[in-house]
Amino acid sequence: MCDICGCDSHEHVHEDGTRHRHPHHDHRVVELEERIVGKNDALAQRNRAWLAQHAILALNLMGAPGAGKTTLLERTIRERLAGRKIVVVEGDQATANDGERIRAAGAAAVQINTGAGCHLDAAMVARGLADLVPPAGAVVVIENVGNLVCPALFDLGERRRVVVFSATEGEDKPLKYPHMFRAAHLVLLNKIDLLPHLDFDVVRAGENARRVNPDVELLQVSARSGEGMRGWYDWLEREMRAIAGSR
Amino acid sequence: MHELGITRNVVAIVGEAAQGRRVHRVTLEIGKLSGVVAEAVRFCFELVAQGTPLEGARLEIREIDGRGRCGGCGSEFAMPELFTACACGARRTQLLAGEELNIKTMELEEAA
Repeated sequence: MCDICGCDSHEHVHEDGTRHRHPHHDHRVVELEERIVGKNDALAQRNRAWLAQHAILALNLMGAPGAGKTTLLERTIRERLAGRKIVVVEGDQATANDGERIRAAGAAAVQINTGAGCHLDAAMVARGLADLVPPAGAVVVIENVGNLVCPALFDLGERRRVVVFSATEGEDKPLKYPHMFRAAHLVLLNKIDLLPHLDFDVVRAGENARRVNPDVELLQVSARSGEGMRGWYDWLEREMRAIAGSR
Repeated sequence: MHELGITRNVVAIVGEAAQGRRVHRVTLEIGKLSGVVAEAVRFCFELVAQGTPLEGARLEIREIDGRGRCGGCGSEFAMPELFTACACGARRTQLLAGEELNIKTMELEEAA
């Protein structure tokens, strides 16, 4: 078939009388069999190998805008990680606000602005790591762009994916954004201090997360009041010990 | 809208493989559970292809249905959603199909 006009041959007359005279071309089909995000995955593997080599625990912290990711990090740094080797890669479409908040809390941070981009990718994280040069044994937290869709598709080279899901968002979020919750190792159900003022059903929220991801760990926290943060810190300790032990 | 980035990847990968030759057709495989909307990729393609060896190329997308194997009873079943459970009630499932995000072929045009 001629792909210029859709006709069956290159030699005929059209209904309006014009002669079909497109140049004749040969087409050659080339098998590519390549993953569309293959380049990102390869870069993510490179990040992962470098992090493992330096016994660095890397977390990809994700969640909707306003879920409380930065507040959670600020409290975690102040209460638990101050004085330890912690660096933060901050992803936002614009502004340096979150990077400044993290530095004020006591951690080194590099701010990456993705502009129109809706997620961090492995190349951005590689640049962030090159900037910060985290020491061996450090914890690297990558705070992704606030978004429940796109970040789930892009491996950054992290060891664990943590999703912050807040009580102000509605219990059905895991079903509406299943990729994000399926990708998570840990879901932090945040803002539980607000539960008395909301219709949010904590049990149902947890059930929905487990429907999408039966093996996901769930913890209830309030980054604002500090309630439940102990469980999150214990989880962090466990992950840090696992990394140190694997060295 | 990660589809814009996804489409840019497609155009970059195919453009590089074409080594300057004009690309006439590109075939993709996009799983219905991949998190990428085929229609949005179609929408972005023409724009992204402008000024590249893929300009004017046809984009063909084969969408692949989700399919899983039950971790409980071992049977295979259709998964229209990522969280579709097996009829036996077990929740653990292994995804067999639906997450594909592949460039299958490109068709190069060579003047006879």
